Amino acid sequence: MVVPSLKLQDLIEEIRGAKTQAQEREVIQKECAHIRASFRDGDPLHRHRQLAKLLYVHMLGYPAHFGQMECLKLIASPRFTDKRVGYLGAMLLLDERQDAHLLITNSIKNDLSQGIQAVQGLALCTLSTMGSAEMCRDLATEVEKLLLQPSSYVRKKAVLTAVHMIRKVPELSNIFLPPCAQLLHERHHGILLGTITLITELCERSPAALKHFRKVVPQLVKILRTLVTTGYSTEHSISGVSDPFLQVRILRLLRILGRNHEESSETMNDLLAQVATNTDTSRNAGSAVLFETVLTIMDIRSAPGLRVLAVNILGRFLLNNDKNIRYVALTSLLRMVQSDHSAVQRHRPTVVECLREPDASLSRRALELSLALVNSSNVRAMTQELQSFLESCPPDLRADCASGILLAAERFAPTKRWHIDTILRVLTTAGIYVRDDAVANLTQLIGGAQELHAYSVRRLYSALAEDISQQPLVQVAAWCIGEYGDLLLEGSCEETEPLQVEEEEVLALLEKVLQSHMSQPATRGYALTALMKLSTRLRGDSNRIRQVVSIYGSCLDVELQQRAVEDNTLFQKYDHMRAAILEKMPLVERGRSQVDGEAKESKEAQLSETALVSTEPQASKLLDLLDLLDGTSGDAQPPPPLDPSPGGALVHLLNLPGAPPPPPSIPNLRVFEREGLQLHLSFVRPPGTPALLLIMVTATNTSGADVTHFICQAAVPKSFQLQLQAPSGDTLPAQGGLPVTQLLRILNPNKAPLRLKLRLTYNHFGQSVQEIFEVNNLPVETWQ
Amino acid sequence: MECSFSASPLSHFIHFIPQPEEIQQQIVRETFHLVLKRDDNICNFLEGGSLIGGSDYKLIYRHYATLYFVFCVDSSESELGILDLIQVFVETLDKCFENVCELDLIFHMDKVHYILQEVVMGGMVLETNMNEIVAQIEAQNRLEKSEGGLSAAPARAVSAVKNINLPEIPRNINIGDLNIKVPNLSQFV
Repeated sequence: MVVPSLKLQDLIEEIRGAKTQAQEREVIQKECAHIRASFRDGDPLHRHRQLAKLLYVHMLGYPAHFGQMECLKLIASPRFTDKRVGYLGAMLLLDERQDAHLLITNSIKNDLSQGIQAVQGLALCTLSTMGSAEMCRDLATEVEKLLLQPSSYVRKKAVLTAVHMIRKVPELSNIFLPPCAQLLHERHHGILLGTITLITELCERSPAALKHFRKVVPQLVKILRTLVTTGYSTEHSISGVSDPFLQVRILRLLRILGRNHEESSETMNDLLAQVATNTDTSRNAGSAVLFETVLTIMDIRSAPGLRVLAVNILGRFLLNNDKNIRYVALTSLLRMVQSDHSAVQRHRPTVVECLREPDASLSRRALELSLALVNSSNVRAMTQELQSFLESCPPDLRADCASGILLAAERFAPTKRWHIDTILRVLTTAGIYVRDDAVANLTQLIGGAQELHAYSVRRLYSALAEDISQQPLVQVAAWCIGEYGDLLLEGSCEETEPLQVEEEEVLALLEKVLQSHMSQPATRGYALTALMKLSTRLRGDSNRIRQVVSIYGSCLDVELQQRAVEDNTLFQKYDHMRAAILEKMPLVERGRSQVDGEAKESKEAQLSETALVSTEPQASKLLDLLDLLDGTSGDAQPPPPLDPSPGGALVHLLNLPGAPPPPPSIPNLRVFEREGLQLHLSFVRPPGTPALLLIMVTATNTSGADVTHFICQAAVPKSFQLQLQAPSGDTLPAQGGLPVTQLLRILNPNKAPLRLKLRLTYNHFGQSVQEIFEVNNLPVETWQ
Repeated sequence: MECSFSASPLSHFIHFIPQPEEIQQQIVRETFHLVLKRDDNICNFLEGGSLIGGSDYKLIYRHYATLYFVFCVDSSESELGILDLIQVFVETLDKCFENVCELDLIFHMDKVHYILQEVVMGGMVLETNMNEIVAQIEAQNRLEKSEGGLSAAPARAVSAVKNINLPEIPRNINIGDLNIKVPNLSQFV
C-alpha cells in the first residue's frame, strides 16, 4: 500500500506554503488524487481524515462532489469520530438538489433513536441544516418523540429542528403545535429560546395558531418579567442584562400576538413600560432589548402615553454617538413613518443631519426616511437638503435620490416655476441617473406653463451653453429652444437676468449638439427637429438651417437621415406648408393607461373610457408632424373591437376636425341564466358602418364550480351575415372568476329585423350541458 | 445564512439556503470586498450585495484584529442582538482554543464548525450560554478521544509494544528432535 496519508494539519500547512495559485492547485490536485484513491480502496480507518481534508479543500473552492458517498459511509459507521466528520460533510456537500441526500434519511433515523445525546444532536443539526421536504416528512415523528426526551440538550435541538421542518412542510405544524404549551414551562433557556422561535413560526404561518397562542400571553409576560427583575446572574447575562436574546425573542412574539388585539395588548402594557424604563442602555445588549420594546409598543394597540414614550426613546437614540444605534433608530423610524407620521416629523432635523454622514449605510437609511418625510409644508427646505446631498452622495444612491426628489417635487411643488427649477437642477447635477420619463415630464410641464415659456427657455439655453454632455438636459433644452426660440431672442424676461442672444449663437449651439460625439442618437433627433422649427421662428433667412439639414440627408443614422430628408422635402416642395406644420405644439395630455390587447380582455364590455392615444411626447412620434398630415392617426391606435361606450371620445393630437360624435348607447341584455352561469349581450353600432352590429357576448360564473369546455355558437336569419370571432377562453373559473367574452359581427345590409339563436355547450358540476334558445327582446336599435 | 471569515481569502462559509457552488464562491468574494472597504468608525451593518438574497438580507460584521466575522441575516433577527451573538461566539472560541488566534481557526476549521453548530442551527440561534456550549464541546471531544482517533492509534500501539517486558527467551529450545531457533526480537522492543 501505502504512503501514509497526510494529516489535516499537514495538508493545510502545505497549502499555505504554496507561493502561487498554480502551486496551490498542484498540491491540492495531488492530494485529491490520493483521497480519491483512498475512497476507492474503501479504507475505513482513514476515511474520516480523508474527508476532513476534502472538506477543507472544498472550503477553498475546489470541487469535492466525489466525497458525497463517503459522507454516507461515515455517517453509517458506529464511531463518533466518523459520524462527526460525516455529518459535517453532509451539511457542506449535500443539499436538496443532490440526489444522494435522501440516502442519509435512514442513518439519521437510526441515530435519532439510539440514546447517545451527542449523536442525536449531530443528526438533528444535520436535519435542520439540509433536510429536504421528503426527509422532514419521513422523520417528523422521530423528532416529535425527542421533544419529550429527558435530556435538555436534545430537546432544545429538537425544537429548532421542528421549526425547520415546519418551514419545509407546513402541514407538520399540526404535529408540533400541541407540545408547545408544555415546553413553555421549561426552565432551560435554550429550550425556551427554541420554543419561542417555534411558536413565532407557527403564528406567522397560520391565523388559527395565532388565536390559539394568544392564551399564552400572560405566561410570556411572566417569563419576561422574571428575566427583567432578577438580579445579576452570571449564567445568561450579557453585560449586565439577563439573557437579552431570550428577552428580544419574547418581545418579538408579544408583538405578533398583540397586533390588532386589544386584550393581549392590555396585558402587555405594564410590562412594556417596565422594560422600557428599567433597561440599562449603556451597553449594546440593553439597547437591543430597548429597541425591540419600542418596536413592539408601536406595533400593538398600546396606551397613547406609552407610544409617546417609545417615539421619544427613538429620538434619543438618533442623537446617540454610536453609529449602530443610529442606524437601527433610522430603520425603526422608517417602519413607523406611515402609521405615526407626525411623531416622526418631529425628528426631521436630526434625520437630515444623518444625510451628511460619511457612512454609506447610514446615509442610505437617512435618504429613504427623508424622502418619506417630505410633505407640502417642508418641501422647499427638504428639497434643498436633498439637492445638496445629491451633489455629494455616492453613485449607487444617486439614482434613488434623483428620482426621489423628482417624485417629491411632482407631488408637492408649491409653484410651477419652482418645479421647473428643481427639475432643472436635478438634471444638471445628476442628469445621467434620472429615469427616462423625466424628459417627457419636464417638456410637458413647460408646455403647460405658458407664462413661464420665456423663463424656461432662457434658463435652459444658459444651462445648455455651459454643458452639452448631460443627455436629458440637452434633450429638453433642444426641444424648448425649438419651440420657443422666438421668445429667447426677443428681448428681456423679468425673471432672469437679461440675456442677449443672437440668432447665430442659437444655431451654432444646436449645431454643436448635433455634431458632438457625446450626443446620443435621440438627442440628435431632438436637435435636428429644433433646428427645423427655428426656421420658422427666426426672422433671418434659413439658409444655414437648410445647409445643415441637407448634410444630414446622408447621415448614417437611419432615423436622422429620414428626418433630414423629410425636412429637406419640406423646404423644397412644401415650403408653403412649412409654417403651419412647424407651429407651436398644443398642450399634450399626460399619457394615462394605454389600452392594449391584454387590458381589453379583462375589461371588455365594461370599458368606461378608452384611453388616450399614446401621448408621451417622445421625439420620434410627436415631432413627426408630417405623419399626421396623412390623416388618420388611426395607425397609432390598436384597432378596437369595441368602440367607446358613451362618454369616452377619442382625443386626437391635433383635434382633427371631423372626429365622430360618440354613438348612442344600446342597453345590455341578459339572455341566459342557469345555476350561476349567466350570459350577457352588449351591442354597439359603429357610426361609420350603418349595416354593422357588434355584439359582445360575456359569460360569467358565480357558482361554486368551474365551467369548462364552454362553447357558444350563434345563428341568424339568411339575409344576415354573421362572423364569430374567437372567444377569449373556454373555462369560467368559479366564484366570479374571469369571464369569457366573444365578439359577434353581424352585417345587416337590408335592415331586416334581427333574430338571434344561441347554442351553448359546456361542462358544469360534472355534467355536460347543452342549451339552445332564441334571444328575445332584442332592442330595436340593433337593426334599425 | 451566515458566514465568517478572515482577512485573507480563506473563509469558512456555512450556508442554510442551497446555492450552487460557483454562486457560493462569488458571494464569499463579494462579501469580502464589501466588508474590507469599511472604515473602522462606521456602523457594523451593510446592506447585502446583489447576490445575497436581495434587500431583505443584511450583513452584520465585527472586526477583531485581522479577522472579520460576518453574519448574513434576514429581517427576523435583531441587528444589535446579532452583534452580541458574534461576541458570544468569539468568546466561546476563545475558551475552547485557549486564547484563540487566526491560525487556530485555520488549522482546526472542523472544530470551529462543531462549535458553531452548538450556537446556531438551521439558521436560527440555538444556545447563547457560553458555559453550556463549552461543556458540550468538551463532552464531544472526550467521546472522540475515547474512541482513539486515528492519529492516536499507532502511537499507542508502539508504546504498548515498548512496554512489553519480554522475559529472557532461551536462544535454543531443544525438544527432542525438534530444533527451534528462536529469532532475536530485541530490535523490535
